[in-house]
Amino acid sequence: MSAKSVTTASFQADVLSSGKPVLVDFWAEWCGPCRMVSPILDEISAEHGEKLTIVKVNVDEEPQLAQQYGIVSIPALQVFQNGEVVKSIVGAKPKPQLLADLSDFIN
Amino acid sequence: MREVIIIGSGPAGYTAGIYTARAGLSPLLIASSVEAGGELMKTTEVENYPGFPTGLQGPELMDAFRAQAERFGTEVLLDDVIEVELSGDIKIVKTGGGLTFEAKTVILATGAAYRELGLPREKELSGHGVSWCATCDGFFFREKTIAVIGGGDSAMEEANFLTRFASKVYLIHRRDTFKASKIMQERALANPKIDVIWNTEVAQLHGDTKLSGITTRNTVDGTTAQLNLDGLFIAVGNDPRVWLVENQVELTAEKFIKVEGRSSKTSLPGVFACGDVIDPTYRQAITAAGSGCVAALDAEHYLASVK
Repeated sequence: MSAKSVTTASFQADVLSSGKPVLVDFWAEWCGPCRMVSPILDEISAEHGEKLTIVKVNVDEEPQLAQQYGIVSIPALQVFQNGEVVKSIVGAKPKPQLLADLSDFIN
Repeated sequence: MREVIIIGSGPAGYTAGIYTARAGLSPLLIASSVEAGGELMKTTEVENYPGFPTGLQGPELMDAFRAQAERFGTEVLLDDVIEVELSGDIKIVKTGGGLTFEAKTVILATGAAYRELGLPREKELSGHGVSWCATCDGFFFREKTIAVIGGGDSAMEEANFLTRFASKVYLIHRRDTFKASKIMQERALANPKIDVIWNTEVAQLHGDTKLSGITTRNTVDGTTAQLNLDGLFIAVGNDPRVWLVENQVELTAEKFIKVEGRSSKTSLPGVFACGDVIDPTYRQAITAAGSGCVAALDAEHYLASVK
């Protein structure tokens, strides 16, 4: 299952109003480490999608969202719960570390 | 049981893959899950790799290395080696993904990891204004004021690259000359957006949730100054990545893996090392690739001798 792309227009409905936690992957084409993390997030989405929704924001296309959430380094993964950022992970990490960082949301 | 396992996927690792695959040894190359391709994945234009007269992008070069290794049968695994046992005739390699492999030879091509400044709050501010990757993070500093720390080719390249975005780039170096190549220095010095601050180091990082500035210290007279910054890019060199093997193979005084003469032979039979993890001096893509070739040939020779 590949992560859905969200935009400024759909952010409220897809992320802020979601009934379950949403991990937002801020990424860009030109970011090598982002391309490495993306398939790992797809795996996590396939394994834990019923507890945690995973979506992507392309910072080239949605610079306002990146700015609004203070993104200055990518990949940046932010978990939103009830409209607020409750967890922020910066930088590419291997899957076991990501699973550990996200354990509050997927276990 | 494998003939060869290669750990690392920079120019050294992939070249070892090309050569051992062509020797019919069906190598397994464990590339890392998120850092596959190594340091060059974070660079932009590579202009000094022979054979590419008009230059090419670092990631493009590494994709080509990988394709060439795979063409001859190198199996590339995107996983992270977390433990090795190298002393016996059968080498054991374990990964973060939970796999265990056995091999007759292991080629260590783990490269080098960026060096930190070693300042308080550096880790907390990392990803929040403090960065080691201009190509990843430069985009977020449009019309901002930033600084690059360092005096080598990487620092010059980052400073030049970052002027695409930033309105002002300070290039801060602790000495009064750069060790970067002449062509890279000249580009940085000629760039109107770059101001060089010589004989200066970073004494403190400021900022609560994100970087707001630094205190600098003059390395000659010790005077300090405040500099307001939105971003700080650190390019002060690399350290060989030896944590996996430091208690098993002999290291040099500078903590590189020790190899015998011009070979890739480590202190353990059947264990070879190549690339930046053995090289305190040259550390170029082309020297790493040459070194990977040496390791492949040494491993091949060793395998022939133990059969």
